[in-house]
Amino acid sequence: MPDTQHIHSAFGRPLEDLIACPSCDALYVARMPETGGRAVCDRCHTVLIAPKRKAGLRIIALTLAVLILVVSAMFFPFLDIHRLGLGNSASILDAATAFSSGPMAALGLGTAAMIVIVPLIRMLLILYVLTPIVFDRQPFAQARRAFRWSQELKPWAMAEIFAIGCAVALVKVADLAQIGFGPAFWMFSVLVVIVLFNDNYLCTWSVWKSLETPKNRG
Amino acid sequence: MEIPGNSEEPRLTAREAGLVACRACARVWTPDHDRCERCGARLQSRDTGSLQRVWAWWVAGLTCYIPANLYPMLVTDTLMQETSSTIVGGAVEIASHGAYGIAAIILIASVLIPIGKFLAIAFLAISARRGSHVAPQKRQHLYEVVEFIGRWSMIDVFVVAILSALVQLSSVASIQPGPAALTFALSVVFTMLSAQSFDSRLIWDTARRNRRDRTT
Repeated sequence: MPDTQHIHSAFGRPLEDLIACPSCDALYVARMPETGGRAVCDRCHTVLIAPKRKAGLRIIALTLAVLILVVSAMFFPFLDIHRLGLGNSASILDAATAFSSGPMAALGLGTAAMIVIVPLIRMLLILYVLTPIVFDRQPFAQARRAFRWSQELKPWAMAEIFAIGCAVALVKVADLAQIGFGPAFWMFSVLVVIVLFNDNYLCTWSVWKSLETPKNRG
Repeated sequence: MEIPGNSEEPRLTAREAGLVACRACARVWTPDHDRCERCGARLQSRDTGSLQRVWAWWVAGLTCYIPANLYPMLVTDTLMQETSSTIVGGAVEIASHGAYGIAAIILIASVLIPIGKFLAIAFLAISARRGSHVAPQKRQHLYEVVEFIGRWSMIDVFVVAILSALVQLSSVASIQPGPAALTFALSVVFTMLSAQSFDSRLIWDTARRNRRDRTT
C-alpha cells in the first residue's frame, strides 16, 4: 500500500476500499461485480460500477474509429442542395462557421466547439488515458487529470444531437429545394451509433482504479 | 455491492462517517483534503454555494429564453418574398405543410423541454432547502432526466446552423440566422450550467433531516 493512505477508516476498511455514491453520498465498501454485472447504489439507484469484458480494447478501437470519422466528416460535403439549376453543398465546418457576422460569430465558435472540437478533444483524452492501461504500461503523465476532463466535457460533446438536427433541417427545406446526402452524412450517422456504444462501455470506477494502482491491476 | 449493517437502517453517508466524497471519481477522503488526490477534483462535503449558483444560472437562462421566443430564429429569402420565423411560428408553418411529426419534435425540443426544465430546476432547488412530500428517489430521478434531456434543446440551434450554411443559392433562396438563435443557444447553455451546479446530495440530506424530525 502506498503511504498516502490514512489511519482513518470506515466499516473497518481503509478508505481506498470505499466508494461514495456521487449522487446521494451513500457510503459502501466497493466490490467489483462480476464482468457484465453492475453495482448500483441502493438508495438512489445510480450505477456505481459496471465493468465490461475487454472494455478497454473495445473503447480504444471505437474511439479510433470515431476520430477518423470526425476528421473526414469535417471536410467531405455533408448535405447538398439543388434548386432551379443552382446548387450548394455544405460540410460540417461550413455549418459550424455559418454564424460569422458580428455577435453571431460567438455562436459559430460555440457550435464548432460542440459538434467537432469538444468531441475530438474527448476522444484524444480517452485514448491518452486508456492506451497505456490496456497495454499494461504505466499511465502517461497527468492521465488522471486528462480522464477527469474527459468526463467533465461529456455533456458538451453534442455530435449526436447535431445528427438529429440534420434530419429536422432536411424536412424544413424539403419544399424549398432538393436535398441530397453527402458522404459525410453517412459517416456522421455511423459515428453517432459508435459514440452511444462507447459511452456504454466505459466504466469510470474501473478506470480510476487502474489509474490509482497501475501495478496490480486485474 | 457489499452492504454493511441492516438494510432497514438509513444508509450511512460519507458525511456522517466524517469523510468527504469526491463527486468526480467517487473516492472518499478525510475532511482535511481540499482536492481529491486521485483525480484532482475540488472536494466539498456539501456544495454550500450550490443553490445560489443554480438560481443565478437559472435567472440568466430565463432572461435569454424570452427574447429567444420573440425574435426570429430564421430569415428566409426566396425569389418571391422574405420571411422570418420565430420558434413557434416555424413549427406552425411546418405543421401547415403536413409534417406534424417534425413540428412536434421542434415544439417539444424548443418549448416544452426548456419550460419544463425551468420548472423542474426551480422545484428541485426549492425542495432541497425546504423539503418536500415528493420522495427523494423521485426527485433524484427528475434531476437525472433534467440533466439528460437539457442538451437536446440545442437541436434547434444546430438546425439553424445547417440551414444557413446549406441554403445559400444566391437570389433564388437563402437562409440567414436570426438573433433568436444566439439567445436561444445561451439560454440552453445557462440552464445546463444551472442543472450542473445543483448538488443532488442536498435532496437526500433534507429528506433524512425531515424524517428525523418526524420520528423525534
